[in-house]
Amino acid sequence: MKKIGNQTFKLDNPVTILETASIVGKKEADGPLAKYFDVCLEDEFFGEKTWEKAESKMIKTSIETVLKKSKVPVSSIDFLFAGDLLNQCISSSFGIRDFEIPFLGIFGACSTFVEGLLLGSLLLDGGAGNYGIAATSSHFCSAEKQFRFPLELGNQRPPTSQWTVTGSAAAVLAKDGLGPYITHLTPGKIVDKGIKDANNMGSAMAPAAISTIITHLKDTGRSPTYYDAIITGDLGHIGKGIVLELSKAEGYQLNSVYNDCGVLMFDKDKQDTHSGGSGCACCGTVFSGYFYNQLKQKKIKRMLLVATGALMNSTSSQQGESIPGIAHAVSIEL
Amino acid sequence: MESINTNKEYQKYVDKKSPNSPIFKDCFNAFWVGGLICVIGQIIYDYFIFRGFPQDLTSTIVSISLIFISAFLTAINVFNKIGKFAGAGSLIPITGFANSIISPAMEYKSEGYVMGVGAKMFTVAGPVLVYGISTSVIVGLVYLLFNTQAIMLV
Repeated sequence: MKKIGNQTFKLDNPVTILETASIVGKKEADGPLAKYFDVCLEDEFFGEKTWEKAESKMIKTSIETVLKKSKVPVSSIDFLFAGDLLNQCISSSFGIRDFEIPFLGIFGACSTFVEGLLLGSLLLDGGAGNYGIAATSSHFCSAEKQFRFPLELGNQRPPTSQWTVTGSAAAVLAKDGLGPYITHLTPGKIVDKGIKDANNMGSAMAPAAISTIITHLKDTGRSPTYYDAIITGDLGHIGKGIVLELSKAEGYQLNSVYNDCGVLMFDKDKQDTHSGGSGCACCGTVFSGYFYNQLKQKKIKRMLLVATGALMNSTSSQQGESIPGIAHAVSIEL
Repeated sequence: MESINTNKEYQKYVDKKSPNSPIFKDCFNAFWVGGLICVIGQIIYDYFIFRGFPQDLTSTIVSISLIFISAFLTAINVFNKIGKFAGAGSLIPITGFANSIISPAMEYKSEGYVMGVGAKMFTVAGPVLVYGISTSVIVGLVYLLFNTQAIMLV
């Protein structure tokens, strides 16, 4: 691996995304991407007594599913990166505790999935084993409970708010394989433009996404049209608009290739999700479900996956802190 | 497009890009749903007065009835839908207060009856109680100081 430009790592031995799995809740299954997901839940409790347990079970199920689909035995998995939104990442650690796979817990808020892919690729490229897993989860109910209000509280959501995706995604990375390959990694810098409104996450994270995308393009010397798709994680409709406008102002025309998982996940008009989807599982499931399928079918040959995260919690919000945004990018090519 | 460099400029740009809440629609819905809740209260009141209950007891019955209806609708996952539609219309009457206590009680039941339900029940209504009661104490003191008749009574 070598560093190119300011922030990008080019892998010597591109890592294959061997298989992906996605599991989503009912609202996501009612959305336009339903047919691409492996498992669609009927019940947000997933047969458990609490939402936290349901979320743990989701991440467990998505890892079991991806192992089954990839036909890689558990004993051959050398490491597992996972993280989620709940305090101290309990969904991941509780969901994973029975697997007996070396586990590295990570937190990047909603950028966790790509952070996992990025770290996993570095390890495999460096020769640390043959197979690794990156996984993440989020749950609308547990996220509301932790970050906002009780579910049954009769309040209104502002039009800028986003809907946390209920779901989990997992991907098996392999040192040797036939692609799709992860070729370049651009870990992001924290960008904080002073937005304080926790109901306007897309606007808070958009500058970080713009920074990472433009840095990646500069570092690699690529133009936006080198990619068939440049996809951000969960900026939603408002954040997507900001990325398009502000990157254009900096001389990068993304229109033809750019989209956002939060925009793709729900039907804005029918599903009352306001600015779109969010949460760790937003980027995770839309990539693992839809985009991985498109890569496999060779409908998309080169994509830049840019997961965005808002690195705040409810205490920092209450203390009047602004929201630091982050975006990590991986370049995936056939 | 003008350049966006400082945080202030970005905030201004974001404000322009972010859609506002539909204020006229929200106010209209709040007005008629809030009014309807009051009408329901009045119907209960008139009924019990008609049945020969004393006035002060009837007022209590009205409050209790509305609290029960609100708590029941909260428990069967209906009140949040009314609240989403009506906003302040269902929040300001006593129905909103009941909902703000029942909903965290339901939410935190998974952490047990002491540290969950007991400790978290007033997370939403707590500030209303603290500042509501504090305000009434201050108003009471002002009343006591400036109302000579009250001082005579003391």
